[in-house]
Amino acid sequence: MSPATLIPPILALVLAPFLLAIVNRTKAAFAGRRGQPWLQQYYDLAKLLRKGAVYSRTTTWVFRAGPIVSLAAVLVATAIVPLGGARAPLSFEGDIVLLAYLLGVVRFFTVLAALDTGSPFEGMGASREVQFSALAEPALLLGLAALARLTGKLSLSEIVATISGDPRATWFAEGPALVFVVVALAIVFLAENARIPVDDPNTHLELTMIHEVMVLDHGGVDLAFIEYGAALKLWVLGSIVVGLVLPVRTGAVLVDALVTVLGLGALAVATGAVESSMARLRLLRVPQLLVGAGAFSALALIFILMPR
Amino acid sequence: MEQVLLGLAALVLSGLAALVLQRAAKLAALVATGGAVLGSAIALVPVLRALTGGEAPSLHAAWSVPYGSLSLELDALSALFAGIVLVLSPLAWIQGVGRLVALEGKRSLGPPLFFQNLLAASMVLVVIARNGVLFLLAWEVMFTASFFLVTFHDDDESVRDAGWTYLVATHLGTAFLFGLFVLLGAGSQSFDFDRLAAAPHTPVATGLAFVFALVGFGTKAGFVPLHSWLPGAYPAAPHHVTAVLSGAMSKMGIYGIARFLTLLGPPPAWWGWVLVGVGLTSGLFGIISALAQKDLKRFLGFSSIENVGVVALGLGVGVIGQATGHPVVAVMGHGGALLHVINHAMMKGLLFLSAGSIADATGTREMEKQGGLLKRMPRTGSAFLVGAVAISALPPLNGFASELLIYLGAAREATLGSTSTAVHGLAVIGALALMGGLAAAAFTRVSGAILLGEPRTDAVGRASEPSLLAGAPIFVLAAACLALGLGAQVVLEAIAPALSLVRASLGFATGPLAYVVVASCALLLLVALLATLRLALLSGRRVEAAGTWDCGYVRPTARIQYTASSFAQPLVELFSGALRTRRSTVLPAGIFPKEASHATETPDALTEEVYRPVFTAIRSALVRLHGLQGGRLQVYVLYIALTLLFLLIFQL
Repeated sequence: MSPATLIPPILALVLAPFLLAIVNRTKAAFAGRRGQPWLQQYYDLAKLLRKGAVYSRTTTWVFRAGPIVSLAAVLVATAIVPLGGARAPLSFEGDIVLLAYLLGVVRFFTVLAALDTGSPFEGMGASREVQFSALAEPALLLGLAALARLTGKLSLSEIVATISGDPRATWFAEGPALVFVVVALAIVFLAENARIPVDDPNTHLELTMIHEVMVLDHGGVDLAFIEYGAALKLWVLGSIVVGLVLPVRTGAVLVDALVTVLGLGALAVATGAVESSMARLRLLRVPQLLVGAGAFSALALIFILMPR
Repeated sequence: MEQVLLGLAALVLSGLAALVLQRAAKLAALVATGGAVLGSAIALVPVLRALTGGEAPSLHAAWSVPYGSLSLELDALSALFAGIVLVLSPLAWIQGVGRLVALEGKRSLGPPLFFQNLLAASMVLVVIARNGVLFLLAWEVMFTASFFLVTFHDDDESVRDAGWTYLVATHLGTAFLFGLFVLLGAGSQSFDFDRLAAAPHTPVATGLAFVFALVGFGTKAGFVPLHSWLPGAYPAAPHHVTAVLSGAMSKMGIYGIARFLTLLGPPPAWWGWVLVGVGLTSGLFGIISALAQKDLKRFLGFSSIENVGVVALGLGVGVIGQATGHPVVAVMGHGGALLHVINHAMMKGLLFLSAGSIADATGTREMEKQGGLLKRMPRTGSAFLVGAVAISALPPLNGFASELLIYLGAAREATLGSTSTAVHGLAVIGALALMGGLAAAAFTRVSGAILLGEPRTDAVGRASEPSLLAGAPIFVLAAACLALGLGAQVVLEAIAPALSLVRASLGFATGPLAYVVVASCALLLLVALLATLRLALLSGRRVEAAGTWDCGYVRPTARIQYTASSFAQPLVELFSGALRTRRSTVLPAGIFPKEASHATETPDALTEEVYRPVFTAIRSALVRLHGLQGGRLQVYVLYIALTLLFLLIFQL
């Protein structure tokens, strides 16, 4: 582990909340508003960290552990994800599986904390969350498997470095397959981060929300952990997508990383644009979208496996 | 070897003593359980030595039974499975003592205590037997002991039904095992395992032998479509017995398959495809059916079907690795499968034992009636949660390590192999991913329904922790789940002799596990750090207790909570094609509706669609033969005499 590998996680830890600011400013621009200050997410986190706490009498230690375990798991996941050509500090054969299951830990404990309140709203959100994520899981892992087959590598840093290092052998030769993988991963990115068209982070009706309704009862420090974890998760999944579509490799680790960060900014703008231009899908339609993402991953694999 | 036999003798003799002493229930329980602990401890020493690469002790002696010989051997593969039996069963019997003694006066306790010890001893005999006749004898004793344990509560009709299904299914499976031994032993006139392996066989015979082994042993393991006895028998047995049935006895089926994979020589690729097909069906069908269950033990039973499916996927990957000449893939597949056997024994033992405590404390196995138990049974509930995280294959616990190995083997197939091998690997990856997501859904559902929220009935609200004796085995198993997770690399290196494969490839499998241990430790450390940070931030601030946010509703009750059924409804609806959920609904009618109700029940789809019609047809066809069965002993003796006469004439 060289010191240069610490660049991606440090950038993630510092800049992740800023992505949400970009999404919000984009949505504001579409709606003709000025939008919140660029540093609003940081102000919010600072304010939440200064607050006390109110806990429901129904809850147990699970409710208090939920945000802690979730944030810890996302933090470990952050150490697995490279930024373009800049490798991650934790990189080994099969780290893609660990990444997927760390996100599973986040979900498991968020869902348990939601169920711990005994609130029907939160139960409903939890039920939807496990349904959608069970369908997103094969799309994510098959998409990553397609990349593994394409590059012959089993670690995320290696995969992204191979694709960004040699676009001629990857994007030119296997363009269609890569497009399918990117589409699949982009859908997973939106679904896992509770964005439109799967979930609406801004709705104020508990009945229609998924992720936000699960954290209704959290406040103060716990909510700060959750919000920060959500921002990191956006960064983690986003940087995989960006690492694939931006095959830029200058050789200088810092430059590579910064280019990918700019790419992440662009992804945040795109997310905001999607959110401003379409409505959330009906809940019954969401499984179709996610199965569609799985189908895109499978299609990519067929393209790659086809004899030529 | 003598030490193992001494341990088994201690098990059986203490069981017999309990049978004699059954008038004094407490003494009998003490003797039998003490004997089980002592016998297991005695036998465990040579077992662990053999497992970690020591000399494999063996014993050969003549036996008067035709084709039989007293051939025993304790190699690493046997030791791995024997170890599971010897660790899990005493823990389960300890937990069961209180449960059985509570029945003093209502039932005679000698038989269950005896059969418990006999079950453990016979399972060890199954894995060390090296002669077909001896093996089948041990196999039948194992069945008989488990049958009488499953039907312990035989005053309940559903238990008798479950026992009957178990009896029929097991013997149909065992028939294939007879076929297997006859097929392999026909040429060499011997049923000794080493002779079976050495005898030359045509590819057709070997292929047929593989199918017979898969069906015969798969019935015990609970592979779909041979699982139909399992969802009935697991809930029927006393709670601590179910832990052993699922944790250890179903693994005897896996042992049989693994043993015959080593006996039948280098496997062709199609075995790998068949195993993956079986694993995929069992895994997905198991977990989807589990999602729809409301009986806690039935739910865990279906989850066991899923987990033997995971093991089959691992074996399939391993076989493809062997067949295509990729020793690394073979090590990862087989290694992952065997590691998952150990892991599943520990976590399912943990889940069944804690579920048993919960069912005892609340008087019901129905998850829709429970809730809020983590407050009332904090130790048992927390242990159950550990099991739930482990079985959902989440780091840092043990389930993740074994599934990761299978993933890695499959991913290697997908990246390195030919197109067909790649498709094989990708099927495994897709299946594991979907099963992982669904398992997380299933176990958050059950944990939420029974442990979290508010109790849904008064009886559940009054539940309290079991005695320390009943609680202790649960903590041992919970600790084992964490230890096996953090020590996965060490465990894999220790069980490597059982893989009987190229040792040089082992590094490829242990390398990633070492990184996972680093990541797991980082995760635990971060959890500790963040928990400290939270405490430090909250110290001195106002921390209040209030009601759950109810959206302004003034009279929330426990009944407005999301139930287990409502939680799973979207997924059950999505997979309704594979389930046979029965719904009965009374809709509110009129201007002033009086009542409305909705009930669902999900029986095993295959039993409903296939087995019940088939067996009903067989029954109606065979009912004409009832005349032969008059119930008079003399007539039966006549039948035996006629059969012998017929055989004598046939022989001449």
